[in-house]
Amino acid sequence: MSILVNNKIRVLVQGITGNEGLFHSQQMLYYHTNIVAGVSPGKGGDWVLDGKVPVFDTVKNAVEVTDANASVIFVPAKYAADAIFEAVDAGMELVVCITEGVPVMDMMRVKEYMRTRKTRLIGPNCPGVLVPGEVKVGIIPGNIAVPGNIGVVSRSGTLTYEVLYALKHANKGVSTCVGIGGDPIKGMNFVDVLEKFEADARTDCVILIGEIGGNDEELAAEFISRQMTKPVVAFIAGASAPPGKRMGHAGAIIEGSSGTAAEKIAILRSVGVKVADYPEQLAGMV
Amino acid sequence: MKLHEYQSKNIYAKYNIPIPRGRIAASASEARRLCEELGGKVVIKAQVLVGGRGKAGGIRLVKTPEEAEEVTTQILSMKIKDLPVRKVLVDEAVSISKEIYLGITNDRTHQRPVLIASSAGGGDIEVVANQSPDKIAKLHIDPLLGMRDYQVRDIALSIDLPRQFWRQFGEIIYALWKIYIDCDATLAEINPLVITAENRLVALDAKIVLDENALFRHPDLADLRDIDGEEWAETQGRKFGVSFVKLDGRIGCMVNGAGLAMATMDIIKHLGDEPANFLDIGGGASSEKVAAAMRLILADTNVKAILINVFGGITRCDEVAKGLIAACEEVNPQVPIVARLVGTNEEKARMILEGTSLIYADSLVEGAEKAIALVRERQP
Repeated sequence: MSILVNNKIRVLVQGITGNEGLFHSQQMLYYHTNIVAGVSPGKGGDWVLDGKVPVFDTVKNAVEVTDANASVIFVPAKYAADAIFEAVDAGMELVVCITEGVPVMDMMRVKEYMRTRKTRLIGPNCPGVLVPGEVKVGIIPGNIAVPGNIGVVSRSGTLTYEVLYALKHANKGVSTCVGIGGDPIKGMNFVDVLEKFEADARTDCVILIGEIGGNDEELAAEFISRQMTKPVVAFIAGASAPPGKRMGHAGAIIEGSSGTAAEKIAILRSVGVKVADYPEQLAGMV
Repeated sequence: MKLHEYQSKNIYAKYNIPIPRGRIAASASEARRLCEELGGKVVIKAQVLVGGRGKAGGIRLVKTPEEAEEVTTQILSMKIKDLPVRKVLVDEAVSISKEIYLGITNDRTHQRPVLIASSAGGGDIEVVANQSPDKIAKLHIDPLLGMRDYQVRDIALSIDLPRQFWRQFGEIIYALWKIYIDCDATLAEINPLVITAENRLVALDAKIVLDENALFRHPDLADLRDIDGEEWAETQGRKFGVSFVKLDGRIGCMVNGAGLAMATMDIIKHLGDEPANFLDIGGGASSEKVAAAMRLILADTNVKAILINVFGGITRCDEVAKGLIAACEEVNPQVPIVARLVGTNEEKARMILEGTSLIYADSLVEGAEKAIALVRERQP
């Protein structure tokens, strides 16, 4: 068992003919992910990736023909919200939006619209989901993690890879890794993913990688104290970050006096979560 | 992206939010002339992109043109939180009988826009929120539905606004909401919105913060960016597509990925030194980009060593190593550089860097320790 995705998932790639979309679709295929279709308006009828994947003009059309049930989005930021709406309206179960730089207003409208729909959204500005040795839906490098019993959930990209790699070197494996993304308004948050890990038979413990800004970690701590039976360890990036400055990620900013690393670390520790001083330390804590 | 008060007020005026009569001045003589035009009693307001202008002495009430000239000379020679004042706004003075706070921003937790109002306007709204939260009224707005009339009444009632002002208050709220939407603002604020002695509502201050990610929709607003009002390195970073924030330490950092960049700064601090910057070079690491990033870091004379931390996932470490060497040849840095490259092809990268002046580190901890040791040799 894994969470959110498995090797039965039928993946559609929105923006498959762009550089990023094409490259990462190839990487997903190497990982034996079942990519059934691509969407690129104006290019319907083409085939890409050595003629393995058909391209459609619309998501609706692609779903009718291929029965795709999950979408990965690589389209440019200005079209990303529209791509999400399209995937939601076509009835996708899961949408992973890799695109970085989506306007906040667009994301608030997307979130509002999705309140009454069954589709789950991961991202935007995220690396997606990896089930080591089984399937990858997104851009997490496949070779840096091995299968195992540790669940990983993170707001970051390369910092997550770093932790996966350290785990691999310590001969520790991962059940599912979920990158939820670095934007302030996004799809699934820590609590949504922790809930899944708690219910997942293959996951025995969880690594949570947070960062400054917002209160996702605080909400996670509350959930952990109330409902988690599995141990959680954490790292929070940004202890040295100054207030009021955006640290790369749109969501990584200490606003006023709230959202600091110290605050998040303290609240996680208060509910029994062990917090690492630096990311490599995590591999020795699980 | 923050807009200046005068820029924000220009936008407010277009949406018919009442503002004091006033104009921008870049010299004391101009301020003097504006004071004469406006009939004597005016407020001189420093235009800088930071809060706390009042406390720093950057907002002053004057009564005569002579005084306006003198005070403007003083304000234009000031630095507020390290930012030089280049312009002042000269506004006619308004007699105030009450100060209200009004703002619309994004609520991350509720993932919706939120309208915030308070009967205790004029000061720092965060302080009010902490000390007397009962004086703050908050109302979430459905971004698909927009602001509704009943919400305006709700908010007017909850800040005890006398009924005679409700109509005008509603017009201002609707205008502010429209500005927030039309400009893709992350904050549109009036603090204070005053009730004047003549029983009119006037926006004495204005603050708009724009969503950088939405500027592609607003070329006219993007043009309002005040390059002089921000730090040089941040402007340069934007130009080269790297994300840069200057800090006060002495160890320069170059990292791929924002989270990893923060973690790299954190470990330097954890080991007892201070990072000189946050720098995310993003995906890939071409020699051009690395060279640009290196120049940015070295422009800060406090920097005594550079720690490079790259995780090669899809990017291969050997290619990054080649990029680093090419960049070093071009920039010729005079400080030691510790490189820690981990992930795909890291062994090849190690071999490439062997015999060069770059110092290789296996782990993040080791990299940080080496950089700190090198700095302490030179500058204990």
